[in-house]
Amino acid sequence: MSATALDTSNHTPARRDIQRRIMMTLGPILAALIIAGCILLAVGVNPLTYYGFVLERGLLSPLGVQQTLTRMAPLLFLAAGLIVAFRAGMWNLGGDGQFLLGAVTAAASGPLLVQVLPAWLALFCTFLLATAVAMLWSLVPALLRAYQGVNEIITTLMMTFLGTSLANVLVKLVFLDPTTTVPQTRTLPVEDRLPRLFDTTITSGLLLGLAAILIVHFVMTRTAFGLKLQIVGANPRAAVHAGLGVPKLTIAVFAISAGLAGLAGAVDILGVQGNVRADWNPAYAMAVIPVVFLARMNGIAAIGFVFMLSVLSIGGESAARRLGVPHHFTLVLVSIVLIMLALAEYIDHRYNQSRKA
Amino acid sequence: MTNASIPPAATPDIVVLDRVTKRFPGIVANDSVDLAIRPGEVHVLLGENGAGKSTLIGMLSGLQQPDEGRILVDGVPTPITSPRHALSLGIGTVFQHMMLVPTLTVAENLLLGGSWWQRPKTEELEARVAEISRTLGIAINLHARISELSLGEQQQVEILRALVRNSRLLILDESTSMLTPKGIEELGALMRRLVEQGLAIVFITHKLKEAAAFGDRISVLKLGRKVGEIPPERFRALGEDEIISEIVELMFGKRKDDPEAEEKAPRVLPAGAASLLEVHDIEVPATANSPGLSAISFDIRPGELLGIAGIDGNGQKQLAEALAGQLSTSGGTISLEGRRLDGLSVGERRESGLRYLTDDRLGEGTVGSFPVSINFFLKQVGAAPFWRSGVEQRAEIEKRAGELVREYDVRTPSLKTPVGRLSGGNIQKVLLARELAEGAKAVIFNKPTYGLDLANTLATRQRIREIAARGLAVLLISTDLEELLSMCDRIAVISSGRLVGTIENTGDARTRVGRLMIGLAA
Repeated sequence: MSATALDTSNHTPARRDIQRRIMMTLGPILAALIIAGCILLAVGVNPLTYYGFVLERGLLSPLGVQQTLTRMAPLLFLAAGLIVAFRAGMWNLGGDGQFLLGAVTAAASGPLLVQVLPAWLALFCTFLLATAVAMLWSLVPALLRAYQGVNEIITTLMMTFLGTSLANVLVKLVFLDPTTTVPQTRTLPVEDRLPRLFDTTITSGLLLGLAAILIVHFVMTRTAFGLKLQIVGANPRAAVHAGLGVPKLTIAVFAISAGLAGLAGAVDILGVQGNVRADWNPAYAMAVIPVVFLARMNGIAAIGFVFMLSVLSIGGESAARRLGVPHHFTLVLVSIVLIMLALAEYIDHRYNQSRKA
Repeated sequence: MTNASIPPAATPDIVVLDRVTKRFPGIVANDSVDLAIRPGEVHVLLGENGAGKSTLIGMLSGLQQPDEGRILVDGVPTPITSPRHALSLGIGTVFQHMMLVPTLTVAENLLLGGSWWQRPKTEELEARVAEISRTLGIAINLHARISELSLGEQQQVEILRALVRNSRLLILDESTSMLTPKGIEELGALMRRLVEQGLAIVFITHKLKEAAAFGDRISVLKLGRKVGEIPPERFRALGEDEIISEIVELMFGKRKDDPEAEEKAPRVLPAGAASLLEVHDIEVPATANSPGLSAISFDIRPGELLGIAGIDGNGQKQLAEALAGQLSTSGGTISLEGRRLDGLSVGERRESGLRYLTDDRLGEGTVGSFPVSINFFLKQVGAAPFWRSGVEQRAEIEKRAGELVREYDVRTPSLKTPVGRLSGGNIQKVLLARELAEGAKAVIFNKPTYGLDLANTLATRQRIREIAARGLAVLLISTDLEELLSMCDRIAVISSGRLVGTIENTGDARTRVGRLMIGLAA
């Protein structure tokens, strides 16, 4: 063995590796579709009709695909936020609370700011405010984790319950629109919202979301800051040994993750909803968590999976109305995919072991 | 030594490995190895790190399957398919790292693995343990919690567990690496009593002296091949020194009396040189798990090697971490070249030239899943020229990492290989490269040769001598007295977090340090 013999001729195994990766991803998805189909059969719905409907409404019809792409905008921001946290080994499960507080902040400040500021500046300030509020909300779990070592899975989940309730209280008591009987915030006029792309109904928030996730991907894989976060995530003791300021990095991770969740809320309000109705909670963040795992916390792959989730959720919502399958079935489908993927990984591992043996 | 009532030729082999080959990506871990394991014998498997000992054990204990060749149990070819299967064949393994549940009692640990639908047979166990302990002369309290036992006692529990399960063959994997010298002696005596009862023992080690002291038969592995065997008849005929020199011959192909015992070449330090590293009255409060430090003071001149001797767990790790800045001190000063370091962060201390080479290479020294190249720069993340404006410069990193790999002789398939896949010796080279590369003025080594094989141990010691010769101040913390005696200019002894004495390494240093270590005045 030579010390200088660095093996650089491993291109072919790399390609085979990619092929296997794709197989390992698509195979379980197919299996999941079949299992979910069996569940549909059991509740008396023809799975082919359901899948066909979901595909048609989510992907194939012009209106459907526009809705799908619009739905992607907040999901991309959430995915970006989760990637930062998960790669740094911090399980921010409080995305929904952060999302809603960002949304309510945007809904409360947007309509007021457009009256005093030029539209673009008003939108910009609204984004900043929503980000700041969500960041502040993450400070409690961040400080607890950074200085007391309190498990953030528990604290962020707790804070998400508080956050959703607080958002509701704010809508009902503080930012209530006095001109309507429905409990909701003031509505941002359509002309002041984020512009739509070309002549479609697709929000330009999609581009912001894509930018966000690409930037996050670049930061996490190519910059010193991203590497520091990954060191903290992969081996916290090595981070201490290497002299990284782990508590400060922890707080930064929570701030970025929550800030992106807040931005997701703002982009949904400023681009699509226009206001926040009382008791509104789309629970996007929870739905995005499995997607981020499916993408193995890779930003580029996450774009594809977020698209898939959007198709499923837009199509699933239509199917819920037409076929009577609850729209939560989308989540059932996604979780079956996740379980299948884990199984596939296990089987693959066993196979490799037995082949070596 | 062996049980005289059974003539060796008449005892059938319990397990025979017949031309067993095992390959892993890139290496042949075992290359058609033949091995016969007989009852009533301590069969020592000797080899350096990476010689293929662990793979061989993995196959015997059912964790891995051979690619070629067969394993015969009682003369019958038997594929050992799982650890459970190995146990049912009477093959019990005590692994290098303890495999007991610390929060459970000894009895509970011994009962683990029973059928889930049956009540644990506590009385039966007690009777059985009483019988085994009586014949072996060991005393184990079945109701003690594992976490309350010393490492030596925990190991006895593991051996007991194998015996309770009717093992005929006991495999001890690097069992002495965690033990105190007294614990090692006790283990040797226990092994002797076990083989006298007709058990077969496979004892894996890379320490020559243990092999010579405890073995009946020695097989030497080198780079996956069995390069030699010393049968019991020959073993008895030779003295310990002859055996060691024969093994060295087998392992390294050159004769040497004891490769570890090198005489320290006397060095003359420039008299009156100012101290490079000065440490004055360092205090660290004790915690529940660590002793803390009190009034630690020493100074090291340029080119000087100061050793810290002592029994493990007396504050060595705390001292190293306090100096490096990982552990905050409650008092005292540290200065390097007259510049105060206490109060500075880990990064700032490194920046000013104080380097710390940790003993926990995978636990904190490296990020195992990261490539070798990144691990070289773990302590410089964000620094030019490897990062510019915070953006990674891959070409620069690869170039410098390539240089370091060559310069420090790191054996790695590629720069992208996760560092955790390398052997301990090569991970150590990565750490050496990282800490010594540029700008080092004073270096703290914590157990730098711990767990390394002989070749890497010698190479590491050579590096340390070289940097001292370059005029750096070196603090060498080690539990290996031979190592300190062969390298240091002065040796300080640490006990319960304080330095109980410092001795010039001349003449009778060995006895004086030894007296200090056991609590006598030098």
